Amino acid sequence: MKPPSFAYASPSTLAEAVNLLASGNGNAKVISGGQSLMPMLAFRLAAPDLLVDLKHLKDLGTITIGDDGVRLGAKVRWCDIENDRRLVRSHPLLAEAIKHVAHYQVRNRGTIGGSLAHADPSAEMPGVALTCDGEMTIVGSGGTRVEKASSFFTGPLQTSLEPDEIVTELHLPAWPATRRWAFREFARRKGDFAMAGVLLFYDLDHRNCAVDAHIGAIGIADCPIRLSAAEAALNGNAVTEDCIAAVAAAAKESIDPPSDIHAPGAYRRALLGTLLARGLQHSIS
Amino acid sequence: MKVSNSYVGRPMERVEDLRMVRGRGTYVADVNRPDQLYAVILRSSVAHGTIRSIDFTRALELPGVRHVLTAGGLGDFVPRIPVRLQSLPELEPFHQPVLADRKVRYVGEPVAVVIADTAAIAEDALEHIVLDIETLPAVAGREQAETEPSLLFEGHGSNTAITWRACLGDADAAFKSADYVRRERFKVQRHTAMFMEPRGFVAEWNAVAGEMTVWGTAKTAFYNRRVLAAALGLDEHAVKLVEVDVGGGFGSRGEFYPEDYLIPAAAMIARRPVKWTEDRREHMMSANHSRDIECDVEIAVSRDGRFLGLRGQIWADIGAYLRTNGSVGPRNVAQCMSGPYCFESVDLRSSMLVTNKTPTGSYRGPGRFEADFARERLIDIVARDLEMDRLELRRRNLVADSQMPYPLPTVTPFESTNELDSGDYHAVFDRCLAEFKWEDRSKLRGRLIDGYYHGLGIGSFIEGGAAGPKEDARLVLETDGSLSVYLGSSAIGQGLETIMSQIAADAMEVPFERITINHGSTDHVKDGYGSYHSRSTVMGGSSILLAAEKLKELIRETAAKRFNCSPADVSIDGEKVSHAGNHLTFSNLSDIPLEVEASFFNSKHTWAYGTQAAYVAVDPGTGHVKVIDYLSVEDVGRMINPLTLHGQAIGSIVQGLGGTFLEHLVYDSEGQLLTGSFADYLLPTASDFPNIRSITLELKRCPNNPLGAKGAGEGGIIPVAGVIGNAVADALFHLNVQPNELPLSPPRLWQLIEEARQ
Ligand SMILES: Cc1cc2nc3c(=O)[nH]c(=O)nc-3n(C[C@H](O)[C@H](O)[C@H](O)COP(=O)(O)OP(=O)(O)OC[C@H]3O[C@@H](n4cnc5c(N)ncnc54)[C@H](O)[C@@H]3O)c2cc1C
Repeated sequence: MKPPSFAYASPSTLAEAVNLLASGNGNAKVISGGQSLMPMLAFRLAAPDLLVDLKHLKDLGTITIGDDGVRLGAKVRWCDIENDRRLVRSHPLLAEAIKHVAHYQVRNRGTIGGSLAHADPSAEMPGVALTCDGEMTIVGSGGTRVEKASSFFTGPLQTSLEPDEIVTELHLPAWPATRRWAFREFARRKGDFAMAGVLLFYDLDHRNCAVDAHIGAIGIADCPIRLSAAEAALNGNAVTEDCIAAVAAAAKESIDPPSDIHAPGAYRRALLGTLLARGLQHSIS
Repeated sequence: MKVSNSYVGRPMERVEDLRMVRGRGTYVADVNRPDQLYAVILRSSVAHGTIRSIDFTRALELPGVRHVLTAGGLGDFVPRIPVRLQSLPELEPFHQPVLADRKVRYVGEPVAVVIADTAAIAEDALEHIVLDIETLPAVAGREQAETEPSLLFEGHGSNTAITWRACLGDADAAFKSADYVRRERFKVQRHTAMFMEPRGFVAEWNAVAGEMTVWGTAKTAFYNRRVLAAALGLDEHAVKLVEVDVGGGFGSRGEFYPEDYLIPAAAMIARRPVKWTEDRREHMMSANHSRDIECDVEIAVSRDGRFLGLRGQIWADIGAYLRTNGSVGPRNVAQCMSGPYCFESVDLRSSMLVTNKTPTGSYRGPGRFEADFARERLIDIVARDLEMDRLELRRRNLVADSQMPYPLPTVTPFESTNELDSGDYHAVFDRCLAEFKWEDRSKLRGRLIDGYYHGLGIGSFIEGGAAGPKEDARLVLETDGSLSVYLGSSAIGQGLETIMSQIAADAMEVPFERITINHGSTDHVKDGYGSYHSRSTVMGGSSILLAAEKLKELIRETAAKRFNCSPADVSIDGEKVSHAGNHLTFSNLSDIPLEVEASFFNSKHTWAYGTQAAYVAVDPGTGHVKVIDYLSVEDVGRMINPLTLHGQAIGSIVQGLGGTFLEHLVYDSEGQLLTGSFADYLLPTASDFPNIRSITLELKRCPNNPLGAKGAGEGGIIPVAGVIGNAVADALFHLNVQPNELPLSPPRLWQLIEEARQ
């Protein structure tokens, strides 16, 4: 179970990295934390000719918090998020969701850029980016572009990234202190990829009704999705028992999760309803 | 024995640990020989098919590739691996060839061996071998095995290899006259041992001396040496198998596998040392799988709750071939299903079915884990039907102390009778309830607290150990007075060196530090049997006791010559040897080492026994089960080392919980293994089951060995699935949910709850 042979480069500038990727004719790959890519190589599911390691690139490892929200450099690791106490106030949904990513060893290496680019349908970070209207800064031979999470994730382990493009940053819009939110997921063991997960937030208007509801789900489709039917059922309503039941029902109605060896689709659907109801319940307590 | 010298019974820290935690252990991957080559094995990716051709010319062209070995290159006859336990002539057609011979029968079956300068080159070469296989319909489970016209072994005419039968009394009569009968189906999924590091070998052929040395053997070195020598056409004494450190065996490591032959054969062909290290994916498709048992059993009970009969049919999916110990589980499940209870009659048939999956073998508590799941679940179902207290129902049927020794059902063919040796089953049962605070906690049963239904479960079990026929020990009093012990037993991570040192130090009445234990390798003693069936402590330990008596005799004789007296007049006091005021010590007694060898023979198994209880909470929304408390109480006759034994019990229970909730080797209908890594095969991790307790008792010594000890390495695992199943059913009593199929995964439990609610 060893990777096939490949060339390796660790450039010190972003421009160099992009050039190397571009020179690879589609057979070069970025390596960041290696926590998803290395297993793919070891199983020979991926066989790039060239690995371009981001480790010597400067400036991609910072977390910036400002009036416009949170900016996460692509090389920010799970443990960096966990250890940044500011985030508990500045973006509690992010802080909570990331607690559920993998185990200690993986958390010390895995990066948000790698997670976004890898686009595992059950991964937490893509779920956060999508639910929170995140935007990715992407640098490639054609220059720099900014893309919304809503169009970035295109399928299972698929994104809109071109082979010579590198994600450099994720921006999450500012988080009002009074915002209601919840994160719920269920995995077979702690740290495993979730069989289903839900991320949600909304604000309360002067009548105490939910507005601007954002409800995202992971693990129930081929990429993270927004549950617009559930959002519609929540918007404009007081978050009561009845409302919660209606939102969960709308969510279950609107999804068609796949089956795999860990869970049949029917279970995932029911699980999502349970997690959503529990999340909403928690958001009002 | 002197009070000052009683190591047996003391919680001695493992002498192995310092070496291990400092990274100074030598595992097989640490063994390297000068000039060695690397082997990698091409395994079938097709579950069932006929090999049309294997073309490896392009692989051989790759720089660094030295040889490619296929069945065709092994001569006219491809060696088959004999069965070590319960071998029968009618089962010979099912023995596995060391390389796929004309047909492939499971995904993972070795087809060719590539020998190259590095493992990486060898792996690259695999992709250049063109394997043309004509696919046959896969037999991927019991139903297909019984109904598909596709046969694994055309000559045999069916996919049922053999049917064992376990009988006691007259079951038909019992069922005719019974007040109440109940029939249920139970299923235990395929899962198996996942030890710390996968298997591996380094083999070195000395062509000049005609000697083969192999590092990486475990468990049954002497048996494996006989098999290997025969297959290579060598004299047994020209083959040396060397045991190195291992991180656990659990029944699977150390059996004779195809690689046990292929790597030495590769070294012979290459005339250079050859190393092979299995990776985890390979391990999951090539080392023995286990469990995979389905049963349809029926219980007969009298109105007052006495167990009158147990009968039914068991199917064991043994995979593509009969492995060295492949019959153990399927036989045990029939023989041990009545467990620690008096059933007036038993009639159980256990059929071994061949399917296109990895072959199976023993995994800790083979057959017993499965049998106990069925029995203990069945008892709770009976209690519910008869509206009896499930504790009372068990008490009424547990074998009483006064009934010992108590016969177990007899299994045929390869007839084996067996009897429970000793025990106060009721005392252990009551102790478990008391320690568990069953009474108090009963108030919580079935209650919904914070979204979780709470429940209690219980189950009793027996644990067989100490398989014969014998074990050998050689004791050497070195000239410096230290004591070397050489054993046929092998270390598989169970603390053998510590335990044997304790026994030897007590037997010889010398300080613990004076003892060195040498084990496992084939040049230490003339013969040996190894470590399986919880036998090392009892068998190896007893042989040390016998050898110690002989050594003392030799010490007296030696001293008598020096003292000029009769041996009977020499007294030994610790390391001091005296006669009439003259003294010698072990260190100045003799100029040459004093050496003795002894064998302990035993035809009777030891039967440790116990009761376990669980307190769980079930989340009906997710199907998740929280194990709030788990307790095991077991009587092992005599404890050699409470510390290592405690470790065995806890580890064993965690493995049981893994088998109950998580671990599953999943195949699709084409016979493809879908769980090829630890991302999909879920092992319990350190944080999953933190609340496990174990209490070990010494109530009834084993009457059949001088130590009075009973094998105790497997016990914990045996009743776990039954106990947890019962606790879950108790929590969901109001819904009448009966979890009779493993694993109790969240989706399965959720499904049962949904069905019950409709
Ligand atoms: C045992 C285990 C459990 C795990 N559990 C979870 C879990 O519960 N939840 C979860 O979300 N993840 C989990 N992971 C995955 C883990 O979080 C990975 O770290 C993460 O998905 C990828 O990050 P990485 O930095 O390691 O990326 P790499 O493995 O280095 O790369 C992954 C992919 O992203 C590309 N890539 C990397 N960085 C960039 C970039 N800046 N721009 C463009 N492309 C890039 C690579 O080319 C590659 O295709 C688990 C991993 C393991 C091994």
